[in-house]
Amino acid sequence: MMLDPSEVENIAHLARLSIDAADRDTYARNLSAILAFVEQLNSIDTSGVLPMAHPLDTPQRLRPDEVTETNQRDQFQAHAPKVEAGLYLVPKVIE
Amino acid sequence: MHNKTVSELAAGLRAGDFSSEELTHAMLDRIAALDGKLNSFITMTREPALAAARDADSLLARGEGGPLTGIPYAHKDIYCTRGVRTSCGSRMLDRFIAPYDATVTAKLEAAGAVMLGKTNMDEFAMGSSNETSYYGPVRNPWDQDRVPGGSSGGSAAAVAARLAPFATGTDTGGSIRQPAALCGITGIKPTYGRVSRYGMIAFASSLDQGGPFTRSAEDAALVLGAMAGFDERDSTSVDRPVDDYVAQLGNGLRGMRIGLPREYFGEGINSGVAQVLDAAIEALRQLGAEPVEVSLPNAALAVPAYYVVAPAECSSNLSRYDGVRFGYRCDDPRDLEDLYKRSRGEGFGSEVKRRIMIGTYALSAGYYDAYYLKAQRARRLIADDFRRVLQEVDVIAGPTSPTVAFRLGEKVDDPVTMYLSDIYTIAVNLAGLPGMSIPAGFSEDMPVGMQLIGNYFEEARLLNLAHQYQQVTDWHLRVPPGLE
Amino acid sequence: MEWEPVIGLEIHAQLATKSKIFSGAATAYGAEPNTQACAVDLGLPGVLPVLNAGVVRMAVKFGLATHSTVAQRSIFARKNYFYPDLPKGYQISQFELPIVYDGYLDIEPEEGSTKRIGITRAHLEEDAGKSLHEDFHGMTGIDLNRAGTPLLEIVSEPDMRSAREAVAYMKKLHTLVRYLDICDGNMQEGSFRCDANVSIRRKGEHRFGTRAEIKNINSFRFVEKAINYEIERQIDVLESGGAVVQETRLYDANRDETRSMRSKEEANDYRYFPDPDLLPLELDEGLIDEVAGSLPELPDAKKQRFVEQYELSAYDAGVLTATREMADFYEAVVAGCGGKGKLAANWVMGEFSGALNKAGFEVTDSPISAAQLGGLLQRIDDGTISGKIAKQVFEAMWDGEGDADRVIEKKGLKQITDPAAIEAVIREVLEQNPRQLEQYRNGQDKLFGFFVGQVMKASQGKANPAEVNQLLRQMLKG
Repeated sequence: MMLDPSEVENIAHLARLSIDAADRDTYARNLSAILAFVEQLNSIDTSGVLPMAHPLDTPQRLRPDEVTETNQRDQFQAHAPKVEAGLYLVPKVIE
Repeated sequence: MHNKTVSELAAGLRAGDFSSEELTHAMLDRIAALDGKLNSFITMTREPALAAARDADSLLARGEGGPLTGIPYAHKDIYCTRGVRTSCGSRMLDRFIAPYDATVTAKLEAAGAVMLGKTNMDEFAMGSSNETSYYGPVRNPWDQDRVPGGSSGGSAAAVAARLAPFATGTDTGGSIRQPAALCGITGIKPTYGRVSRYGMIAFASSLDQGGPFTRSAEDAALVLGAMAGFDERDSTSVDRPVDDYVAQLGNGLRGMRIGLPREYFGEGINSGVAQVLDAAIEALRQLGAEPVEVSLPNAALAVPAYYVVAPAECSSNLSRYDGVRFGYRCDDPRDLEDLYKRSRGEGFGSEVKRRIMIGTYALSAGYYDAYYLKAQRARRLIADDFRRVLQEVDVIAGPTSPTVAFRLGEKVDDPVTMYLSDIYTIAVNLAGLPGMSIPAGFSEDMPVGMQLIGNYFEEARLLNLAHQYQQVTDWHLRVPPGLE
Repeated sequence: MEWEPVIGLEIHAQLATKSKIFSGAATAYGAEPNTQACAVDLGLPGVLPVLNAGVVRMAVKFGLATHSTVAQRSIFARKNYFYPDLPKGYQISQFELPIVYDGYLDIEPEEGSTKRIGITRAHLEEDAGKSLHEDFHGMTGIDLNRAGTPLLEIVSEPDMRSAREAVAYMKKLHTLVRYLDICDGNMQEGSFRCDANVSIRRKGEHRFGTRAEIKNINSFRFVEKAINYEIERQIDVLESGGAVVQETRLYDANRDETRSMRSKEEANDYRYFPDPDLLPLELDEGLIDEVAGSLPELPDAKKQRFVEQYELSAYDAGVLTATREMADFYEAVVAGCGGKGKLAANWVMGEFSGALNKAGFEVTDSPISAAQLGGLLQRIDDGTISGKIAKQVFEAMWDGEGDADRVIEKKGLKQITDPAAIEAVIREVLEQNPRQLEQYRNGQDKLFGFFVGQVMKASQGKANPAEVNQLLRQMLKG
């Protein structure tokens, strides 16, 4: 699967990654190589095989409905990039 | 002191031959003297280490404590450590001071071990050579122009160079076993779910597992025993008592059936590596084990499947790094979009970005079935192969790495070639089985590792086999030149 | 051209657990920003989710109460997108295998008519945090207290054909989740949020038209208005030859119109995949049976029983079963007054509800207990006081002056039933009103009411009306 630079742009946008224009071609090349490599999977017939999402065969454990966490806002926000009045600040979001 | 194993050090501490404080000092001094060249540490925690050592000494003086009390160790910088930088080898977390301890961190602390510092690693655990770290590459103590392996390169190098008697690592596609092989030490990745992942910064959630680096199987048994255990905070942690790994080390190997997959020994295997493995298998045969040829027909699917599944999971796991609540934030973001793109674009290195993009692509509309689902189906075929084979044999053996340590820079520009370094280790993570690498010899003057793969939760058997092998060989006692 | 609206509702009900769906942080409303956002809620490096058992029980309850299939095995999936109030950059939700599906709710859009609305699915997911756009000099402030609060997303089939049906369905669902104690239904606080999918097609057409999604409408009234506006808007678009755009719109209550949401124009590729930090949720028969056994009497069943047991009209039964608290209160009142269902209904729906509304109280805030109200009704029934006096007594009781007997005693409000006493009052009234007496005796029957009034006034309302009637008639004859 050959990816052209515009597809790389799309993927980078979906993943919110900035890519220098100069690097776009390299990324396209490398990503295409990786995709070509993984396309070996197409050579096998997997019809009827159940996808395996997990090595474990056990079901999800449940925890009791209890409040176990205390307020640690100060510790968590001690190294936050931008905080005011206990809120995390980001550039204004327009809705 | 730096040449002693964990169990020797524990005996020495208990006997009063030296104190933990002395031992810790010695290790810290040695690191200061030697690590400049190796670059295996990112953060040193000198004062807390000495304080912890003094606490350990008090405990020991009262006749209390366990096998790890007062033993210094190096901790992979992927484990959260409260109040101490936890960088994951990335600019993204260069200033991240973890506000909590990973479960593994807490367990080792409770066992009395003394953390010397946080070790270097491939960025976000993505790599097989420790060349993608924001903090520069780590060098192999056996030959400083070569890589130590990755992603846990710093931990492996630290143990190989005798800068710490043990270290912690994580393994998603081989990141404990491959560096162990390339650095001539012992490393074990336990069964998926055996060690808690809480606080172990996630790369690929269904593949990640934590484990120790040591210089002997006996030490690995001790350390794994302290790291392993059920954790309520991790839904994928298995509620199953931890075996007494030490107690089973002494079992004889007579009758143990060892499967040798023809796919691992086929054409294309490096001849030096092949020779070392042949001799190692012979040694096991002498010990009473029975080598048997087996087949893992879907072995070739492992690396392609992994490079869909792992990137897919990591592309999602790494979305939280957005410059909002912690970590790197770009300067003067113009708007929200810019905040995200530049914080992530500048905070992540190119290998991480590549994998995020592959993963994003594989999960995106129109490609999910062809890539992600397909890979998960291949995964089941691979796991079934192992299941079948492990009904016939007790353990599977083979080379850990297709080559000895390669040169720095050799594979960095070619991702696919780099990915193939993990050709023997990756399938084990896909299946979730326990895997171990032990030193088995040398080729081109560089260490060669033998990989042992066991059935689910049979770490004890692997450690036993490794320990018996280490009774009749001395590969694991060899020291890198100049580091005696 | 006859147009038919097609409406489906997606309702997000916050489940009323103490702690969050995947962490042990508290869910209480109104805390200081980010004081209820623990490491897991913040999506710090290395944290992991663990599922809350209470959340599962609540979802199962909902499934059982809506005749749905409760999935024996369901999967949590990640919905990936970037937004500042979504800390992990993905929301843990359910995609292909939800915990509940294929149910229904019967509604009564008009009295006497019922319609079955299908419930396609109800799945579990975590709520996001909140964004505050003012007061931060051009920046937005993010509060993650709400992040991780459990939500049940309830998706209806597109079975509704009018705004009225939509509101009936929404109200029914609202009552149900409160009955089940799984959601407090507080729309102001955002515990019950509604998105409406609206499309139009020609009557008789089988295919669906393009739909628009109206987001986050938080009152029954606004839902009705928003849907009606949207139906008209889409009809206008189609009739003028245009095409309806598939988009997300917001309802503006001030202008009573829906507006396209700019930022959501681009179609999101959520890249759903099973969350590898969580394992498949498997429910055994035992749990489901246990939850089934703990279900309360549901609104429809209770309403039917009230009609039969207390001989109430469907309408009255409906009002009294609108909430469990009201229904329980009513039944306790009935018990307290010796089983007088209709009397209790009149008073609970009348004076009592009036007083609650005036004070802005919920039933549970009532200063009068059901037993006390029952006691008051008992005194009406046994003739101690008249219905009119009872209202006075009620007010005094509401103000905290004690129960009925005490107030009656203290204020001397006992009904006068002694014929001799009433006769005496009547005699006095007749003596004081000779003109009206003559007029009455000359045929002005309407003056009877006047005399009744005078007698009641003279007796401060305490004379037993029936006796007054009887004796007055006699004595007026002369």
